[in-house]
Amino acid sequence: MKTRDLAYIAIFAALTAVLGLVPAINVGPVPITAQTLGVMLAGSVLGAKRGFLALLLFLLLVAIGLPLLPGGRGGLGVFVGPTAGYLYAWPLGAFVVGLVTELAWRRFNLAWAALANVVGGVLVIYAVGIPFVAVYADEVTLGQSLTGSLSFLPGDAVKVAVASLIAVQVRRAYPVIERPRGAAATP
Amino acid sequence: MTALALYVRGTSPVHRSPAGLKLLALAGLSVLLFAVPTVPVAAGALAAVLAVGVVAARLPVALLARQVRAVWVWLVALAVVTAIVGGVASAALVTLRLLALVLAAAVVTATSRVSELVAVVERLCAPLRLVGVRPARIGLLIALTLRFIPLVAERADRVREAQAARGGTVRGVRALVTLVVPLLVQVLQLAHTTAEALDARGADDDEARSGRMRG
Repeated sequence: MKTRDLAYIAIFAALTAVLGLVPAINVGPVPITAQTLGVMLAGSVLGAKRGFLALLLFLLLVAIGLPLLPGGRGGLGVFVGPTAGYLYAWPLGAFVVGLVTELAWRRFNLAWAALANVVGGVLVIYAVGIPFVAVYADEVTLGQSLTGSLSFLPGDAVKVAVASLIAVQVRRAYPVIERPRGAAATP
Repeated sequence: MTALALYVRGTSPVHRSPAGLKLLALAGLSVLLFAVPTVPVAAGALAAVLAVGVVAARLPVALLARQVRAVWVWLVALAVVTAIVGGVASAALVTLRLLALVLAAAVVTATSRVSELVAVVERLCAPLRLVGVRPARIGLLIALTLRFIPLVAERADRVREAQAARGGTVRGVRALVTLVVPLLVQVLQLAHTTAEALDARGADDDEARSGRMRG
């Protein structure tokens, strides 16, 4: 990995942190934060591997006590709470967004961007986060956890739209993924 | 760095004990709390954490309260659901356990400097050498990100100001897109120049020598 890759990874970890400063918009009782936009953008701009590492680095910084999550939360405490599963899902989500983006890189358009963000930025996050709540709190069933997270869907739809529009424009203006999957074998 | 961190300056024994030891104690506590799920153990742990944090380390109570406030919605929801399904005793257990863990983590992070924690992370990552990751690079990544966070925030402000100066008053979703696209192009360029500057100062030297990582 080149120094440039390290700098890209660091800049997206930083960007995710800055997105956490954007005040949450309340949709009903549910705060919608811009931070998971970082997951989608890291994957769609940097690709699978670097996107994964950027979010992993971000979580590492949170773990060592930087108050980078919305509301100035941070420290190891957030990794033991019932919603910690959503955090653990972020690097994985960025990886999947990046993977789909790389696979579709040559014919990449708004539809592909939306697909990548829905699969990686929404489905993967829920697939990890929802069972985690149920496992953590023995008495909360999977169904209850699922219903609870439905309230986040409107916010996610907005974020998918924003991230997809951005991904398409940044690909045109400053493409970072140089060796897409399918063009040459990338390990 | 400290302006951003949750660290609270202090000279107490808790502040002075090694960060690695504190992290180990935190890990041990979480294992204990889940291995022995009883109310007395959880209550005892919570009392011990408060004693260490407030009495021994003399941390401001407001700081600890802030960490609790961040999870209180969950605490209440969890307590109510657990009480209905599993009874008051198990609700008490779940609540006390979560409180103890959140506060313990807050105490560790408030009494350890970020630089110390970075050093611990580098040490913990030492085994990754075997798969070709150099711990020093992880330290570099952390340092880079800490520098980039204020820079990215500043660039975001500048883009917003520039757009306002040109009379752009887009709102809603479009506003976010028109802000983030130029911001991303700028910060990607920033990353690129930073990498060039680092390479010029020899950041990739040992990589070329070891030749273990793909370049």
